Amino acid sequence: MPHFANIAVSILFDGLAYAMFLFITSVGLSVTMGLMGFVNLAHGAFAMAGGYIVVSLTRSLGIDFVPALAIASVTIGVVSIPFERFLYRRLYRSTDLEQVLLTIGLAFMAIATATYFYGPIPKSVPLPEWLQGDINLGFRYFPSYRAFLIVLGGALIAILWYAFERTNIGAKIRAAVDNRRMAESVGINVDLLFTLTFAVGSALAALGGGLAIQLFGLSPSFAVIYLVLFLIVVAVGGLGSLKGTLLAALVLGVFDTGGKYLLADAGGFFIYAVTVAVLLIKPAGFYGRE
Amino acid sequence: MSASGRERARERAAEYLLRRHRFRPAEALPWLIAIAAYFIFPDRMTFGSQVLIMVMFALSLDLILGYAGIVTLGHAAFFGIGAYTVGLAAARLQWNEPISGLFAAAIVAGFVGFITGWFLLRYRGLTLLMLTLATAIMLQETGNLRSDISGGYDGLPGLTFDPLFGKFDYDLYGHTYYLYVLAVLAVVFYFVRRIVYSPFGQALTGIRENVRRMHAIGSPVHRRLVTVYTIAAAIAGVAGALFTQTNAYVTLTVFDFDNSAKVMVMLILGGTGRLYGAFLGAVVYMVLEDYFSKLSPTFWQFGIGLLLVLAVLFARRGVLGLFESVGQYFAERKKS
Repeated sequence: MPHFANIAVSILFDGLAYAMFLFITSVGLSVTMGLMGFVNLAHGAFAMAGGYIVVSLTRSLGIDFVPALAIASVTIGVVSIPFERFLYRRLYRSTDLEQVLLTIGLAFMAIATATYFYGPIPKSVPLPEWLQGDINLGFRYFPSYRAFLIVLGGALIAILWYAFERTNIGAKIRAAVDNRRMAESVGINVDLLFTLTFAVGSALAALGGGLAIQLFGLSPSFAVIYLVLFLIVVAVGGLGSLKGTLLAALVLGVFDTGGKYLLADAGGFFIYAVTVAVLLIKPAGFYGRE
Repeated sequence: MSASGRERARERAAEYLLRRHRFRPAEALPWLIAIAAYFIFPDRMTFGSQVLIMVMFALSLDLILGYAGIVTLGHAAFFGIGAYTVGLAAARLQWNEPISGLFAAAIVAGFVGFITGWFLLRYRGLTLLMLTLATAIMLQETGNLRSDISGGYDGLPGLTFDPLFGKFDYDLYGHTYYLYVLAVLAVVFYFVRRIVYSPFGQALTGIRENVRRMHAIGSPVHRRLVTVYTIAAAIAGVAGALFTQTNAYVTLTVFDFDNSAKVMVMLILGGTGRLYGAFLGAVVYMVLEDYFSKLSPTFWQFGIGLLLVLAVLFARRGVLGLFESVGQYFAERKKS
């Protein structure tokens, strides 16, 4: 295979894997922000918490990586419910600024707690054998772990798409994102719906956090560093849009990976340049309502 | 309304603005404390300068956040630009004169504020948050990209600056610096106070409270927002320049999100839209940080997070707002 084609395939493959991570972690944030307009800067903290649960389960209790992911995800989903019920709920009608401050405060507390228990040094997880090494896809070898990410991401997209577009609850969520007052007046319990989506979104964030360990390593600052990426995906995709989040994750994932491959020094510059370009042209993101 | 009636209304409005503008005796208090600190803690003047710099940084944020209601997550961008303007001028161009350096920093930071503000201030909410954040990070990445010029994350160490007015050299304990920063802060503060109590400042408050109504009465909203954003950027640039001059080094971490968040936390703790909130917030934050982060940085970070959560839930107008509420409570008790 010619050299440039080889690089292009690598960029696409790694970009796709990265995009799946971005999508899984950000989709919950997008839907909750679309529903309530709530700026949740603690989303990254939920992802980080999920990651650390996976670390503890695999390292201390010897549980396999994949079941550990599932346990972490469900745990964080359940734990997030009281946060929503008792803290977030009080600020739905407040200004952006107050929401930003509350959730950034929570993120700081989460980072401090994680530093206290796990220390500031990045953690890794032991992977099962079938996720190590490379996999042969006929024409060349690819890293198994990234292939696993892409398959898992694809499956989740299918499930979420079905839940969003084909089920009763999905229809209610779409209705509430479109027009909350109208949805409430036809008898949809938006509060309950919100708690549900918040829990599912946090569970997905925790899953993303667990998946990220192998990609970037997990340290307490994950909660803030990657939060910026999630917010960017949400803003570029458009609030409350599944399609938009997916498109934004793909565009940003591939651009970021491509930028780092071709111009290593420019590092994170590309993703922000793309973000600014998209938002200047479409302030509400790809599929957001103006 | 008759001509004389209109005249009288104008006079009343002017009278109202003038009355607010008048200096109250209590306003001397922070300055007296700052001067007293010079005599009471002569060996902590380096720290004192840092506190005053953060006061100035928080004050610039108060202009746009507290008065104009622009929520930004990237205010460190302008602080960083100011810091690097004098840093690069000293390291690469041998321009070591401190006071002209401040003006250069203000002009460069103000210019960047004007350009970015022109584009970004048409947006609101999450989009604006992301765009301001991305601006700061892009500047940081640009600095990292050209680390041959900027020194990258290792920074520009060991900068030297000329003595003030060619006379007053810097001593080891930072006494000269403290007075220098205090003097600059006083000038900046006077300027900000003028702006806030001017009709322009009133228009900003109007934009914060109800932007639609300001549009409706024909106020040039975008132009005013860009103006105040430019001014705030220039002031943040001066604060950044002082930061570089007092520390004699600068690294790319000045552009960190942490720096933007920190100044916002200070302002919120003190109280937004009330000028002296920046003073109180920055002093309280810096002193607590100085004390607790030596004890345990982890504990300090947890504490500041908790403080933020509690402030949002129970003291939305900051410490000064809390004082006011308590004062009102007792005033009402007295009456009844």
